[in-house]
Amino acid sequence: MSLATSTISELRQKLTTKEISPRDIIRDLATAVEEKNPSLGAYLGWDVEKALAQAEQADLSQPLGGIPIGIKDNINVLGEPCSCGSKMLAGTYRAPYDAGAIGSLRRAGAVPFGRLNMDEFAMGSSTENSALGITRNPHDLDRIPGGSSGGSAAAVAGNMAIATLGSDTGGSIRQPAALCGCVGLKPTYGRVSRYGLVAFASSLDQIGPITKTVGDAALLLNSLCGKDPRDSTSLDVPVPDFTQALGQDIRGLRIGLPREYFVAGIHAGVSAALQAAVKKLEALGAIPVEISLPHTDLGVSTYYIIAPAEASANLARFDGVRYGHRSPKANDLLEHYMMTREEGFGPEVKRRILLGTYVLSSGYYDAYYLKAQRARTLIRQDFEKAFESVDLIISPTSPAPAHKLGELKDNPLAAYLEDIFTIPVNLAGLPAISLPCGLAVEGGVSLPVGLQMIAKPLDEFTLLRAADAFERQG
Amino acid sequence: MPAPEINIHHVAKLARLALTEEEAVHFHAQLTSILSHVDQLSHHDLAAEPSAHPTPVYDVVREDVTHPGFSQEEALQNAPRRVMDQFQIPKVVE
Repeated sequence: MSLATSTISELRQKLTTKEISPRDIIRDLATAVEEKNPSLGAYLGWDVEKALAQAEQADLSQPLGGIPIGIKDNINVLGEPCSCGSKMLAGTYRAPYDAGAIGSLRRAGAVPFGRLNMDEFAMGSSTENSALGITRNPHDLDRIPGGSSGGSAAAVAGNMAIATLGSDTGGSIRQPAALCGCVGLKPTYGRVSRYGLVAFASSLDQIGPITKTVGDAALLLNSLCGKDPRDSTSLDVPVPDFTQALGQDIRGLRIGLPREYFVAGIHAGVSAALQAAVKKLEALGAIPVEISLPHTDLGVSTYYIIAPAEASANLARFDGVRYGHRSPKANDLLEHYMMTREEGFGPEVKRRILLGTYVLSSGYYDAYYLKAQRARTLIRQDFEKAFESVDLIISPTSPAPAHKLGELKDNPLAAYLEDIFTIPVNLAGLPAISLPCGLAVEGGVSLPVGLQMIAKPLDEFTLLRAADAFERQG
Repeated sequence: MPAPEINIHHVAKLARLALTEEEAVHFHAQLTSILSHVDQLSHHDLAAEPSAHPTPVYDVVREDVTHPGFSQEEALQNAPRRVMDQFQIPKVVE
């Protein structure tokens, strides 16, 4: 069997006993990518020779020694292109440095392998906003893989990656992991360095792993966490050994079920899978507790003010001067900016830049941005209060399984509303994981459903403990 | 609150985007619909301090020590146009 189907822990065991070499893994992975990528479109590029050379040098005594990790194409890897799924950067930009998270992976012995497709500048929930090609869901090629880290999730689910990195601003790790049937973890805001992650919304962005198992997520998280002086928001706090959370029981763990999350509008198959998940957690000894997050209905509105506002500022850097696309048609400096950006950005990015510019513009700041910041406080306080009586909160990751390609393409508002369960987590800066919890039938096809678990700030340990217990229960 | 009136051409200029007329019409309609939705915030009593980010970390400074950075060549390697080892922009003075 191809090593591409393996987990990190399986491969580490075989590497330790010298049953295989790191080069064997790269070769099998390359074969899988060459065979499957034409139909799945998860990868934007990969360099087998470079990966083989790096695998040769990998320090196998390190926890991720010899393990190839696929990288979402908004994380800088020295010498590689970093397109963000955009014409603004594709074909012109090469990273002059390693992102903080890439440095962490390298120190742990891992080998970055391949660049993964994404919604342009991480804006979207379907990967259809990539300017560089379509990514398909391995469970049904007519459906979206979710997004924005759609390539990262499809590669793991399609057994063309061992594990990958994604980034999550409003659900972009958890939602594609849910839709593709893999595990996706968004760490606490500040846990993982964002140095070298192309910024979308800086008060929300966080890098995290997409993996085949909860155990692999713990392994990757161990290496990713920690203070990085190059990211002033990264936290200088102790990092536990997250693998110690594995194999534990969850008797007595209090699981919050927010009544606002279990409402009409959720797909029947998702609803049924969630109810079964609650039963399973109960059987494992967890105690379900009904809780209230009263400001849930403000989440999407708050997010779609704050995220575009921050994006409009962050994406001002794409001005055709220092890197990226530059319009050949401009006659003066203003035209240069306006035409470079008009030609380089796709429709969703323009939409969000316009929205963000509008809500920050003179006369509207108080009406939109300031209100959204107040709502954000209320949403965070909801969680703080809830966590006085529970250890974890659970919800569906997404209200529906994977849509067909193109289904929500011309209705951005409908697409935004699908982020209802993932967005509040980013606004509050909490850690959360999505893991498979069964299947929902849609259009005659069985599609994966994701269970989201949310924990207190910096309590990824409890998250992994509960997710691992749930996963082991089968 | 009625649907907000957006001067899309003004916003596009602030955002430095040379929209086509077709895009202007399209985005105007979509932004109006999105803003009507987010206007729900104005119906709520939002009695809370605004928070700009989720963690209680403020005014982070690093030690004032120098580190090696990019060479001039590395800094310029992605420049769409360069002249005399500098970034080149369109002429801004007569």
